[in-house]
Amino acid sequence: MDMDAVVGLLHATIRLATPLLFAAIGGLYNERAGVINIALEGKMLLGALVAFMVAFSSGSPWLGVVAAAASGMLVALLFAYVTITLGADQIVAAVAINLMMLGFTGVVFRLMKAAISGSLSAPTFPEWAIPGLDRIPLLGPVLFRHLPLVYLAFLLVPLAHFVFYRTTWGLSIRAVGEHPRAADTLGVKVRAVRYLTVLWGGAMAAVGGAVLSIGHNSTFIENMTAGRGFIAFSAIVFGKWTPLGTMLASLLFGFADALQLRIQAGILEPLFRSLGIQEVAYQIPVMLPYVVTLVALFFIGKSHWPAAAAIHYDREEG
Amino acid sequence: MSTQVRAAGMVRMVRWERWLHLLLPVLAILASFLVGSLFLWALGVDPVTAYSALVKGAFGNSRLATTTVLKSIPLIFAGLAVTLAYRGGVFNIGAEGQLYLGALFAVWAGTRLDLPFPGHLLVALALGILGGMIWGAIPGYLKATRDMNEIIVTILMNYIAIFTVSYFVHGPLKEEGWNTQTDAVAETARLPALWAGTRLHYGVVLALLCLVLVYVLLFHTTLGYRIRMVGANIHGARYAGIKTTWIMALAMALSGGLAGLAGAVELLGVQYRLIDNFSPGWGFDAIAVALVGRLNPIGVLIAALFFGALRNGANSMQTAVRVDVVVIYILQGLAIVFLIAGSSVDNRIRRWLDAWQA
Repeated sequence: MDMDAVVGLLHATIRLATPLLFAAIGGLYNERAGVINIALEGKMLLGALVAFMVAFSSGSPWLGVVAAAASGMLVALLFAYVTITLGADQIVAAVAINLMMLGFTGVVFRLMKAAISGSLSAPTFPEWAIPGLDRIPLLGPVLFRHLPLVYLAFLLVPLAHFVFYRTTWGLSIRAVGEHPRAADTLGVKVRAVRYLTVLWGGAMAAVGGAVLSIGHNSTFIENMTAGRGFIAFSAIVFGKWTPLGTMLASLLFGFADALQLRIQAGILEPLFRSLGIQEVAYQIPVMLPYVVTLVALFFIGKSHWPAAAAIHYDREEG
Repeated sequence: MSTQVRAAGMVRMVRWERWLHLLLPVLAILASFLVGSLFLWALGVDPVTAYSALVKGAFGNSRLATTTVLKSIPLIFAGLAVTLAYRGGVFNIGAEGQLYLGALFAVWAGTRLDLPFPGHLLVALALGILGGMIWGAIPGYLKATRDMNEIIVTILMNYIAIFTVSYFVHGPLKEEGWNTQTDAVAETARLPALWAGTRLHYGVVLALLCLVLVYVLLFHTTLGYRIRMVGANIHGARYAGIKTTWIMALAMALSGGLAGLAGAVELLGVQYRLIDNFSPGWGFDAIAVALVGRLNPIGVLIAALFFGALRNGANSMQTAVRVDVVVIYILQGLAIVFLIAGSSVDNRIRRWLDAWQA
C-alpha cells in the first residue's frame, strides 16, 4: 500500500467515525446520568431524514442540521417522559422508539420520493481545509481537510471532558448516575438533570444522523444508519464511559468501516492475492464493523457501568 | 379499617388488576391506531380508507385469511423465543438473526441431504433449531462469562447473520442460473399441507405444540421456575443458590432454538428457497408480539395473530393508499410505548390506592 492509500484510509477513518462520535459523545451525557439509551439508532435515523428533507427544501445544509437536532430532541422528550417521568423500562422504551423511527422514516421518505420527480439530491457541506495546518505533510490531509461537522464532533470531546470533570454540572450528572438518592439529598434535581442530558443526547444523535445523509452523502437511504446507533452505544461501553475512551472507540469503529469500504472497492486486492486469496465476497468486509465491535466488547470484558444505569429514580420509593 | 373489609377490598383489587392486566394491551393497540390515524391524516391519507384496506387485506377472503395465519406462524415461534428469554431476565433482540441462521441450516439440510420423507424433514427442523440455538447461545454465553450486554451483542449478531445468509445465497448454496436464491428444498423435507388444497401446513401444529411446551416449561417445571425467578429477582435467585448466569445462558440458547425454528418452518413450509432478506422483520415484530402478549404463551398466540394480520393487511394497505408497509413499525412502536406507559400509570394508581386504603 502506498502513502496516498494510507492517508486516504486514515482520512476516511476520521470521516466515518464522526457520526458515531456525535451520537456517542451526546449519549455519554445521559449514560453518565444513569439513562441507558439504545434509542440512539432511531434518533440518528430520524436526524438523517430530517436533515435531508430540510436541506433539500431550504437549500441550506446548516438549516438541515439544526432541524435534525430539534427533531432528535423531540423524540428524546418522548423517551424522557416515558422513562423518567412514568418510570417505564428504558430498554423497552428505546426498542419501541427505534421501531417507530424505522417506520416513520420509511413511510415519509417513500411518500416524498413519490411526490418529487427528479433528483433527490440535497445540498451538502463544503470541505473546510484549515489554512496552514492542512499543508503539514501527512497530518494535514488526514486531520485538517474535513467537513465542518467533523471538527465540531471532535471539539465536543474535550468539551465533554471539561464538563464532566471540571464543572459542578458534570459532578451533578455523575452523581445522578451513580447515586441518585444521595444527589437528591444534596439538592441536585435528579429528574431535571436526566431530562436535560437525554435531550442533549437526542440532539447530538440526530446530528450524527445528519452527517450520514447530508455530510457523507447528499441523500437519504432507508435504514441508512444500519446499526450505527448501536455501534455508537457500544463505543460508550468500550470507551469505559469517558469522553476520551469513547472517542478512541469511535475511531476504531470508523477505521473498521473505512477498511471494509476499501476491501469492497478492491483496493486491497494485491495484498489478498499475495496472501493467496483470490476473491473476497462483499458480504465478508461488510460484516467487519459489526465483528470488530463484538470483539472489542469481548476484550473490554467486565466494565464498570454507572451504578444507577437503567434504574428509575422515584423520590417516594424506598 | 377492619381486617375483613380490607381483605374484601384486596380481593376486589386483585380482580380489577387482572382485568386491567388483560385490558391494557387492547387499550394500547387502540391508542396506537388512534395516533397512527393522526399520522396518516397528517400525511394526507384518509385513515378510514387506510384501515379498512388493512382489515380487508388481512381477512377479506379465505385466501387472505390463510396468508394471515401463515404470516403469524413465524411470529408465534419468535414471540415465544423473546418471551422465554425475557422471563429469564434476558432481552433477546436477536430473534431476527437467529431465525436467519435457522433458515440457513434448514435449507442446507433440505437441499444437500438425501433422505426419505419424515426423516429428512425432522433432520432439517432439528438443524434449524440448532442453527438458531448456536446464534442464541453465543450472546447467552458471553453474558454469562464476560458480562457482555446481550442487547448489543444480539443486535450486532443480527447484522452478521443477515450477511452470512447473503453470502451463502450468493455463493455456496446458490442454485445454477441467474437468480440469487438457493435450490428448492426437496419434497421429502417439506412440511406437508394440513389438508389438500390449502397452503396451511403442519407448521401450525408445530407452533401450537411449542406454545404448550413453553407454557409447561415456564410454569410447571423446576427449570422454568428458576428461569422466572432469575427474571423476576436476580439477587434473590442468586441468594437462593441458583446459578443465575447459566440459567440466563440456557434461556438464551432455548430462545435461539425457538427463533431458529421460526426461520426453518417458514422455509420448509412456505418459501422453500432461501433468498436475501427472506424475513420481512419477524424477529423485530416478535418483540412487540412478546410484550403486547404480556410475556405469556397464550398472549403471544393472540398477539402473533394480530401482528400477522397487521403485516398481511398492511401489504394491501400499501397498494390501496400508497402508505408503505413499514407503517406497521410505527403502530408496533406506539403500542409498546402505550403499554409500558400504561403499566407505569397503573402501578402509580395502585400505589395511591394502597396509600389511601392504609
